[in-house]
Amino acid sequence: MSTARDEILARVRAALADVPESERPADVPVKRAYATGGDQPGSAPETVALFTERLADYGATVRTVSSGRAATEVARTLASRGASRLVVPRWFPPAWSAQLAAAGMRSDEPPLSVDELDAVDAVVTTAALAIAETGTLVLDGGPGQGRRAVTLVPDFHLCVLRADQVVASVPQALSRLDPLRPLTFVSGPSATSDIELERVAGVHGPRTLEVLVVR
Amino acid sequence: MSSAFLGMPPFPQAARRALADTQQRRNLAGATRTIRHKRAEVVGELPDWEELREAGRALKERTLRHLDHYLVQLEERVTAAGGQVHWARDAAEANRIVTRLVQETGEREVVKVKSMTTQETGLNRALETAGITAYETDLAELIVQLGDDLPSHILVPAIHRNRAEIRELFRRTMPDAEGVGDDPAELAEAARRYLRQKFLRAKVGISGANFLVAETGTAVVVESEGNGRMCLTLPETLISVVGIEKVVPTWQDLEVYLQLLPRSSTGERMNPYTSTWTGTQDGDGPRGFHLVLLDGGRTDTLADRIGRQTLNCIRCSACLNVCPVYERTGGHAYGSVYPGPIGAVLNPQLRGTGTETDRSLPFASTLCGACYEVCPVKIDIPEVLVHLRARVVEETGGRRHTPTPEAVAMRAARWVFSSPARLSAAQRLAALGSRVVARRGRIARLPGPLAGWTDARDAPAPAGEPFRQWWERTHR
Repeated sequence: MSTARDEILARVRAALADVPESERPADVPVKRAYATGGDQPGSAPETVALFTERLADYGATVRTVSSGRAATEVARTLASRGASRLVVPRWFPPAWSAQLAAAGMRSDEPPLSVDELDAVDAVVTTAALAIAETGTLVLDGGPGQGRRAVTLVPDFHLCVLRADQVVASVPQALSRLDPLRPLTFVSGPSATSDIELERVAGVHGPRTLEVLVVR
Repeated sequence: MSSAFLGMPPFPQAARRALADTQQRRNLAGATRTIRHKRAEVVGELPDWEELREAGRALKERTLRHLDHYLVQLEERVTAAGGQVHWARDAAEANRIVTRLVQETGEREVVKVKSMTTQETGLNRALETAGITAYETDLAELIVQLGDDLPSHILVPAIHRNRAEIRELFRRTMPDAEGVGDDPAELAEAARRYLRQKFLRAKVGISGANFLVAETGTAVVVESEGNGRMCLTLPETLISVVGIEKVVPTWQDLEVYLQLLPRSSTGERMNPYTSTWTGTQDGDGPRGFHLVLLDGGRTDTLADRIGRQTLNCIRCSACLNVCPVYERTGGHAYGSVYPGPIGAVLNPQLRGTGTETDRSLPFASTLCGACYEVCPVKIDIPEVLVHLRARVVEETGGRRHTPTPEAVAMRAARWVFSSPARLSAAQRLAALGSRVVARRGRIARLPGPLAGWTDARDAPAPAGEPFRQWWERTHR
């Protein structure tokens, strides 16, 4: 008896009887005439400005801060939201967490249970990169970002990234990302438009997203 | 728990019933108008939209013409990354595989990400039969599930319900929701509370995937609410059921689809959350990953050289939102989880033309072409519709020994039109006859074999006096 696998592959081959035996996938022309984002360096002020504007458009709060003020702004942002119980993943830059009270900070090492994650007020992370055109942050579990659950269960996500991590376009972002890592693209706080297509921010993911871009 | 499309009447009857539901028509007209404008705005923003569409189409063509190659490559990469690949010839086999995988975990409950493919296979019902409860976690899917309703739109399955109806449903079916108001934010909050503990306790998650990357073995889920992230990240076991046509060749190719899909679908530059994962990852997310690849009529579709392009579809639903027929009849009339123009071409190909419903679908269109204009992967839906109409007529004719009513009518028309005297007599007769059947200048139901024409539309009543008779009377 043939397996489902063999049978499906045989059906696919039979269905493609019109495709010449000698044709290779690369023989089917694909014109990539679309824009890839040009040569503008990521740190260009216009790129960062566009990112800020586009991400804010989704209902996130985005601010640009100088590197000298980063630690102060991180602490102030959390305090203004009343967030004292925090998850700060391993390798989050100490220069940015310097003014946080050590008492309320947990590192997710060893990994917190979902209930423990559910009990914290906020998570503070870095990002792998950001995309200006679409106002998107991308997390890849790298230093300071933690595993996926830590940026999902807490209700407030504060993300801190450097201005030179902002790329112009989706094509530029994908060429810099490693698909073998689990990736999360975040464009604003969680939202739904399922009721009369009216956009409502805040469903299951963090209901509040704040981003600090450090220059 | 869930209703089914099985036994739905063919499109003309179902549409007639839907048209009589003025509440639904109002809900739909409002919703589709909103989303059409949002889409147009964000698409207009990209000067290279046409180039993206063309690349999206060409990449699908490349994939489909070499689908066996890409499927084998995908299987190899997913397996190498710690996942397990299963193959399902049809819906029943896919459901059996998923049921067995859930049973092997010993769990009786699963959380689900919105997935068209598991809607297509009727997975929830199969799980229910095996004593497993599936919780839909997408807000619209939850509304459909709680109301024991049917989905009517690909992106927003509960688009036919307005806020007041949803409030009543939540008050009736959700514990602790007696006081909920009809503000969408309040309703979303109620759903959050209802599902929160289910997410945090879930051991098994079930999803579909928007894309599978052959080169890397990566799966992609595009969503908004974070329910997808919950189901993909927190459970120990993840089972993804995906049609074989969802493969794309390379990681780079996603740069095209991640631009085309959100703008076409929700009318956003990017959807709130996109998750990608490759097999399993130590210390992050599920420890077990199963990918169930479904044929379910896709290879039959692939074998049809004109119909093949239907498999380009990335389920954005832009064609529904611009379709004048869909806007008026709603999704249920199409008798499938795939409504609208794409459903009219997809269902008869995936399911075959064995039922009256599937035979009627290629005719559920005015061929206006708006669907093709907005399709992000350039499926020429009108072309496929006409092709399928021909197929249905041929198949139907082939089964009959007697000529079809169309053939008889055409022969009679030729006889009438070939003689001025006969035509004049026929016109006078029609004018007379119309006085009997017409109401306010419209004929809602023609008699005898002509009834087929008025099943789906009114016919204008012939003028009380034929033109030739009027000319004779006034100009001679």
